[in-house]
Amino acid sequence: MAFARIQVAPGVKRGDAVEVRISIRHPMETGFRVDDGGRTIARNTIKEFVCRYGAVEVLRASLGSGIAANPYLRFYITAVESGELVFEWIDDAGERGDTKAPIVVAA
Amino acid sequence: MIAARAGSVRRAMACACIVVGATVAVATARAEPRSGIDYAGADVRAMQDDDLMNPGMLWVERGAALWSAGSTACAGCHGDAATSMKGVAARYPAWDAKAARVVDLEDRIDACRVERQRAAPFPRESEDLLALTAFVATQSRGMPIAVDVDGPAHAAFERGRAFYTERRGQMNLACTNCHVDNAGKRLYAETISEGQPNAYPAYRLEWQSVGSLQRRLRACLYGVRAAMPPAGAPELTELELYLAARARGLPVETPGVRR
Repeated sequence: MAFARIQVAPGVKRGDAVEVRISIRHPMETGFRVDDGGRTIARNTIKEFVCRYGAVEVLRASLGSGIAANPYLRFYITAVESGELVFEWIDDAGERGDTKAPIVVAA
Repeated sequence: MIAARAGSVRRAMACACIVVGATVAVATARAEPRSGIDYAGADVRAMQDDDLMNPGMLWVERGAALWSAGSTACAGCHGDAATSMKGVAARYPAWDAKAARVVDLEDRIDACRVERQRAAPFPRESEDLLALTAFVATQSRGMPIAVDVDGPAHAAFERGRAFYTERRGQMNLACTNCHVDNAGKRLYAETISEGQPNAYPAYRLEWQSVGSLQRRLRACLYGVRAAMPPAGAPELTELELYLAARARGLPVETPGVRR
């Protein structure tokens, strides 16, 4: 189940650095583990994560097997205008997740 | 002048030492319980204290969705969990007159599912049961654990205490050997905690997931190479009751974060 929690710092003005935080529910299976029957558990990590601010891509990340389950990302963007942040990701199993958060910028 | 000031500082420090000494003596005499978070490192504490960094909140939020999902939703009877479920987790495990046994929060939720919602019970350690239990327990966050062991639950409490103090397994260890006799000391890279239950269901970094208190208890039994009762077994529920009684006064921390 693709599912995430987001926090975008409130009360920002144009030109401010805005803290964006996201926590994603994902097993981040490394591909190095075996189940009780000795069979390898297929690797399943978030291979690509993208954040767009309006039409502009502001972050692209590849998370690999070195990232723990339920990854938590924190980054900064520059406030330009009020709008929407769109987050999209895809894992090795091909499952996509996406979520949005509003950003309010005072003039 | 300077000498006099130094003297007064020394006197003040001596007084402070006496006060500290007295505090320690009182704490030892009363054996105030200490939460496992006190033994955790700064990184784990920071993770638990920040609701966005705390991965357990992903389960809590899923539990909130389950609370109001479907035609026979929990919310249909219980309304807003923030008021109806406040303090509930602090009183569990509790005696259930109908079942004539002690039940934990997971048992109670599953009983409600079967009897009221006419649905199949969630299996123990299933994502949905953990999510709903974590959501209900989070409504009691910060409230002191206050289980009742004086009424009909007393016999179960005594059995739980017996389980806690009995040596078991190939290592021939009782829970007390670590969590009472050696709490605060090191075991390899870990600091042994008092084994308090107030964070559960908790996110354990080792599990990369939220898990129940019973899962944690079974992990400890595995560690001392003792027989592990199946999840939901009465021995484990009675042990949970003893642990809760032992933890009385500690705040509920669900969803806690532990290594």
